[in-house]
Amino acid sequence: MKTDKVQSSSEGSFTSNGAPRVFTVEHLNTLIRNLRDQGYAVIGPVVQDAAIVYDEISSSEDLPIGWIDTQSNASYRLTKRAAKTLFNFTVGPQSWKKYLHKPSVRILEAEKNGNEFAVNDAQPPAKKQAFLGVRACELHAIAIQDRVLLGGPYVDPIYAELRTNTLIVAVNCEKAGGTCFCASMGTGPRAEHGYDLALTEIRESDHHYFLIETGSALGATVLAGLPAEVASESDIQAANRVIATATHQMGRKVDMSEMKEILYRNTENPRWQDIASRCMSCANCTLVCPTCFCTTIEDTTDLRGTRAERWRKWDSCFTMEFSYIHGGSIRTSPGTRYRQWLTHKFGSWGDQFGSAGCVGCGRCITWCPVGIDVTEELKAIRDSELVEAGSIKSKE
Amino acid sequence: MRSVAKPKLAVWKFASCDGCQLSLLDCEDELLQIVGAIDIANFVEASRNVMKGPYDVSLVEGSITTPHDAERIHKVRRQSKLLITIGACATAGGIQALRNYTDVKQYASYVYSNPEFLETLNKSTPIADHVFVDFELRGCPISKAQLVETVSAFLNGRKPVTPPYSVCMECKRRGTVCVMVAHGTPCMGPVTQAGCGAICPSYHRGCYGCFGPKETPNTGALADQWKAMGITNDGIVRSFRGFNAYADAFRKESEAHEE
Repeated sequence: MKTDKVQSSSEGSFTSNGAPRVFTVEHLNTLIRNLRDQGYAVIGPVVQDAAIVYDEISSSEDLPIGWIDTQSNASYRLTKRAAKTLFNFTVGPQSWKKYLHKPSVRILEAEKNGNEFAVNDAQPPAKKQAFLGVRACELHAIAIQDRVLLGGPYVDPIYAELRTNTLIVAVNCEKAGGTCFCASMGTGPRAEHGYDLALTEIRESDHHYFLIETGSALGATVLAGLPAEVASESDIQAANRVIATATHQMGRKVDMSEMKEILYRNTENPRWQDIASRCMSCANCTLVCPTCFCTTIEDTTDLRGTRAERWRKWDSCFTMEFSYIHGGSIRTSPGTRYRQWLTHKFGSWGDQFGSAGCVGCGRCITWCPVGIDVTEELKAIRDSELVEAGSIKSKE
Repeated sequence: MRSVAKPKLAVWKFASCDGCQLSLLDCEDELLQIVGAIDIANFVEASRNVMKGPYDVSLVEGSITTPHDAERIHKVRRQSKLLITIGACATAGGIQALRNYTDVKQYASYVYSNPEFLETLNKSTPIADHVFVDFELRGCPISKAQLVETVSAFLNGRKPVTPPYSVCMECKRRGTVCVMVAHGTPCMGPVTQAGCGAICPSYHRGCYGCFGPKETPNTGALADQWKAMGITNDGIVRSFRGFNAYADAFRKESEAHEE
């Protein structure tokens, strides 16, 4: 049976369908149940090992009810409050690429028959999955991976299969995390496109309900099965206030003006050495990044040499093998690896894929074990030019 | 009569706990395949039947701690086409390399009533300090999967896949929440080589550094972060002086924090 096609946001076909609606908090469970009844594995935020991660859920009871996160450089803590909030937290260590661009995939197996190999590169068919709680930055990250892995002449069939079978229920952020900077990247906190449905959790004077916006025909079909009423003007205002709070809370920012040119001019900036003294090249930043897409290929054989497998695994530009070419690695020092990563994310990514490679989710700041902050490093490099320009001026 | 001789494998023990050799015996499912593919010519922990050398592959466990062993390793090298060291003892001197930071004679006098009969070296050193080593398998103990991978890579004439990157790579791929960032638990993962599958953090423990320093390890940055987390110099020294206490990067970092 052919599965329902989900329109990819890269096709630019998402438009707001009709007026926003509202439903009570209890009906979130109806939405989850309906999706499950329609054959979707519903994946949402859950508390696991003192963090909010993504996993399959069966009801709204599985959500992080009352949990709030506090994030800063190299620090993430959860606390539980009495208020029964469902989405009053920001993004955790995992991103949706766990389910779209998986950490480890067997891409083929080969069996030896005499002097020949029978190669099987068929993938198991993807099951329908519904993401619940995708934030604005993550919608942008998925759109970026769509451009990288589906755009152009070489389409990743494994990603395409998973992506086609994915339904997205976004949630607007009601607060900014301690390391968020989506507002300055133009990627949030409001979910604007790339979703099938988008929810805003509203808690005002004892009312706890959701405002729902529809982003696709599929989303409209799903919503049709729910007891949702047309939102009033005051509901829409309330939702706007929720999102405005998140915008105003955001403490970090990146000034993207001329960023590519600045990075290109500063390949020999001493700041790279300063970063290298702090960077462990452990690769955490790249693996938590929702847009980083690099993989490595590992071949294995059995002891008899009759069976081989080829695996694709998440890789990182922070490993030595990543830049290994004939004769050795070309980026042997951690400073050059960090420069490569940052320059790609905020500079050359634009030439390659038409946008920045960063969505301002702040994961790389929180989950760097030593708390290196990309916003601070970019500002330091930008400011070093001002200092230079200033000193030249004062000499005149 | 076989038309083609199977490669001969020998397993040698130096100063060690035998845990890495046990990893080979632990390959229950794979062992039958191994026996089919190679002749286990010298493996006294598995069989008393010892075939004479030379051997195609020697797996060497343990470190050099006595004058006798310092001689014996040269005999092993001479009989081996390919010499692969297995485990933290053989690759870095092991936990017994803690003696390298103390006075061995004094220790011996505490333990033995007649220490004068003891013939021991002042330092526990890795095999590569004594003879040329073709390939090193890290870990305390080694990973069974990496051992099978290395043997099968040798049998199939290809390079073994034993990546020198950090344990963090394995944590993130398996979806483990970072114990350092989310729990405030000091973890050796960011400076330790992958290979174990990131076991300890998946049980909410910091990495102990069993696989030794990763490629280009920045141990100083990790120690600075631990200090900011409230770990004392003594704690830092102890963490870097574990199973790989004498591995270069860990040794230097521990020495930098000695008071």
